Amino acid sequence: MAEPIKIRTELQGDVVELRVRMTHAMETGQRKDAAGQIIPAHYIQNFIASLNDRVVLQGQLGTAISRNPYFGFRVKGAKVGDKLTVTWTDSKGETRTDEATIA
Amino acid sequence: MKRAAESSALAALLGAGLLQASCVLAAEPDRPGFNAKDLASALKAINAEGAQAHKDLIISAPDVAEDGAMVSIDVTSNIPNTQSLTVLVEKNPFPLAAQFEFFSGALPQITTRIRLGQSSSVQVIARAGGKLYVARTDIKVTVGGCAA
Repeated sequence: MAEPIKIRTELQGDVVELRVRMTHAMETGQRKDAAGQIIPAHYIQNFIASLNDRVVLQGQLGTAISRNPYFGFRVKGAKVGDKLTVTWTDSKGETRTDEATIA
Repeated sequence: MKRAAESSALAALLGAGLLQASCVLAAEPDRPGFNAKDLASALKAINAEGAQAHKDLIISAPDVAEDGAMVSIDVTSNIPNTQSLTVLVEKNPFPLAAQFEFFSGALPQITTRIRLGQSSSVQVIARAGGKLYVARTDIKVTVGGCAA
């Protein structure tokens, strides 16, 4: 079971600053274990962020995104009480969804 | 057409057990560009060839990064109607790092952390109003991040 996505929100006027941190090894498929065996690639391939069910950001990711992927972005037209939902899907089809409410 | 042929050939090889899944995982027929092994073919796969330099597309990144496994990069586009930002690391085994699309009030700006296998030029392509723009920066890496 994947660990929760950490979401921080900070409202300034009508622009909300969002900081999203996913917990994931983002294995590149180029790393070897202690026995010299290649650790298979396993990484988040895409994520979708929605504000009150409207998609605001969509990301397609490769293995060049660092482990525990972090994304900071901003959305205009936000207000207190709006809900941000983030969903990621990785290369093995695992998925995780979390949400945060703008305070 | 070519891609379909390649992936069916790949499927045949996989079926025959000639290739281990772990060495072909980067082949992603449904996600153009992510399996490209050099910058030119990545740009071609995502139809981003011939982008023009633009001063309002800004990359903030360190000139020198101690650890290539985690390099903070911020990309901001002040070009009107920017719809997407694409990050490519020229010298990585797979140069296409990420593509971001912005909708419904999202400002065309993203901060993230990327891996650099070695010192490399980093390019960002912006799509805005049907046109392509590019910005570049060089990042020097002391310890490569490929294996991290």
